[in-house]
Amino acid sequence: MNAHASIAGSATLEASLFAVEGMRCAACIARIERGLVEVPGIRSARVNLSARRVRVEHDPAISEDSILEAFRQVGFDAHPFASDSVADNRSSESRKLVLALAVSGFAAMNIMLLSVSVWSGAVGTTRDLFHWISALIAVPAVAYSGRPFFESALAAIRKRRTNMDVPISIGVIVTVAMSLYETATGGEHAYFDGAVMLLFFLLAGRFLDSVMRARAEDSVAALLRRVPSEATVLIGGKQVRRRVEMLLPGDLLFVAAGERIAADGTVLEGSSDVDRAHITGESLPERIAPGANVLAGTINLSRPLTVRATAVGNQTAIADIARLMEQASGSKSLYVRIADRAARLYAPAVHSLAAMTFLGWMLAGAGVHQSLLIAVAVLIITCPCALGLAVPIAQVVTAGALMKRGILVKEGSALERLATADIALLDKTGTATLGRLDASDLPVKAGERAILAALARASRHPLARSVTCAMEGVEAAKGDRIDEVPGLGVEGYFAGRRWRFGRPDWVGSKRDGGTTAAAFGPADGSIRLIHFADALRPDAQRAMAELDGLGVLPQLISGDQVDVVRKVAGLMGIQWRARVTPAEKTELVIEQQRSGHHVLMVGDGLNDGPALKAADVAMAPAAASDVGQMAADIVFFGDSLDAISRAVRAARRMMRVVKQNFALAIGYNVLAVPLAIAGHVTPLIAALAMSGSSILVVANALRLRSAAK
Amino acid sequence: MTGIGFLLPIALGLGLLGLGAFFWSVKSGQFEDLDGAAMRILIDEEEQDGGN
Repeated sequence: MNAHASIAGSATLEASLFAVEGMRCAACIARIERGLVEVPGIRSARVNLSARRVRVEHDPAISEDSILEAFRQVGFDAHPFASDSVADNRSSESRKLVLALAVSGFAAMNIMLLSVSVWSGAVGTTRDLFHWISALIAVPAVAYSGRPFFESALAAIRKRRTNMDVPISIGVIVTVAMSLYETATGGEHAYFDGAVMLLFFLLAGRFLDSVMRARAEDSVAALLRRVPSEATVLIGGKQVRRRVEMLLPGDLLFVAAGERIAADGTVLEGSSDVDRAHITGESLPERIAPGANVLAGTINLSRPLTVRATAVGNQTAIADIARLMEQASGSKSLYVRIADRAARLYAPAVHSLAAMTFLGWMLAGAGVHQSLLIAVAVLIITCPCALGLAVPIAQVVTAGALMKRGILVKEGSALERLATADIALLDKTGTATLGRLDASDLPVKAGERAILAALARASRHPLARSVTCAMEGVEAAKGDRIDEVPGLGVEGYFAGRRWRFGRPDWVGSKRDGGTTAAAFGPADGSIRLIHFADALRPDAQRAMAELDGLGVLPQLISGDQVDVVRKVAGLMGIQWRARVTPAEKTELVIEQQRSGHHVLMVGDGLNDGPALKAADVAMAPAAASDVGQMAADIVFFGDSLDAISRAVRAARRMMRVVKQNFALAIGYNVLAVPLAIAGHVTPLIAALAMSGSSILVVANALRLRSAAK
Repeated sequence: MTGIGFLLPIALGLGLLGLGAFFWSVKSGQFEDLDGAAMRILIDEEEQDGGN
């Protein structure tokens, strides 16, 4: 896992991380790991299936693009993984917590064994010996396992704030110090078991929480990777390769077919189709001619273009979106998690209670020693042990239940935020619709189907890909000279006859269906028009009605034409807004938030990125662009929009259980605190109260296993 | 009482042994890819050592 270590081991190799989609099974692992090493320059590939990532060790000379091509050869779409170091930090944080959990678990078990004999009546030397051994185990264990809490508490105090970790740290340190004093003076009660068990339960909660934390991916950096690093510039008729940073507005760019466009610009020469799916989420390629505007990051599909750059680098539309996304994450970072809100009330209450107990006993005439002992008992009994578990355990169980239903929760607090959502904004293409082109009017005769399959397979044009998907399982016919003619289509000879698949006028059809149709037929014979459409998700209307019934008002917002949006919204039975730019989407979200609403944004494209970030909570379909998926808190698989209402229901149920858990945990304390103040709490009672309330909270959270039904 | 003199160190030693083994397994990356490990067992190793 540790990239740096192995680079140091072999100076000539470089390690890169790639996020890979669609890895599911053993066969995928084998295909990637074996297929990649056959490419010259790639030394090894190692799949991490849990993280959906592949670590590739390669020659520094080999370019990123050729590694991506190698992935494509074995049948997977890979993206360079943006933030290596962030991912490393994340997993090392989880790892530290696991180790701390193991140490505290070990210490808690052993001290508990010793404590049982003390509780059951060991006296004199035996008790002192057992106290000393407990101290010997507890002090290093607390020093090691308590670090996550101590560090966070210190950081909070430095900023003159308080969080849950402040009472925890004070409680644990005071308890251990007091117990050490008791041990040294041969006292009756030592609370080492309580202190260590407390750490164990809290670390369990903390670990679950870190598992739920988003695998923080720098979505903005990933976005800018859509722009190529080099471009071909025409200078005095000659083609020169230039780094993108050196481009200036006014430069003439030559863009080959299949290449990404490096800057925003106006087309001077050539006509082609441009795939803007990554930027606008629009699945249909756009046909462009001289005079048309193109955007950086889009792919020129069919024929070479000459483009005059109008905006480069930071001025491009894609850089604008990246900036919007950076600014837009406000409402999420401002969100205070429910556990922290509870801690703000809880910590001062607990500390003043302990202080008042100490003062009260002093006034009542007890000595400093006895008063302090009782005050410490109050601190232990009120330590937020079950509180620390209450939220993470509920989130983990709910997320697990949703996962089984194909809904992936990327961050724990997302469910808290989802539970309060009362407005849902949906993007059209790719969210309300499936975001893919489904071919209709395909040939039915087996012979023709085999020929079409062979032709479609030879092209990477989105329409050809869609046909290939639709014809999966059809065995391709054997043909000669199958060739892709850029901008027109694919042709090939089958049994001596020429067949074409491509633009209707080129194939020989009299009708031209625009970009949403392609023709297929032999040189002399009947020609068939194949139509493509982006279908509405099934059950969309029912899912929307259900969402409405939950008190979440759905609304369709899209950058598309008015009549298209009106039609889709009509089919779904919801309100709509058309021709909304990415910036306006974000403004719409913020406007709703200002008027007191909590906004759920459901979107997929790069153009939704800023709105996804700005919303209180964001969902994206699994087919979304990687930027959409990264900006979203929750990703759902499958074609149905049911996932939205299901997630909302589960989130609300989770919040109910979290509140019950708080009530249970605090109720326990309310029962035990009077005992503690009265000075009747022994280490045995403290241990029972602590584990009892934790078990109760966990058992209650387990009821959420059915939350996603 | 002498029994305790033996049993305590043995119990603690065994516990520490387990803890040490767990530390080693985490440090050596055995918990990095839990799903992958379950799948890798299914890969046939005809051409090369696929499990490394």
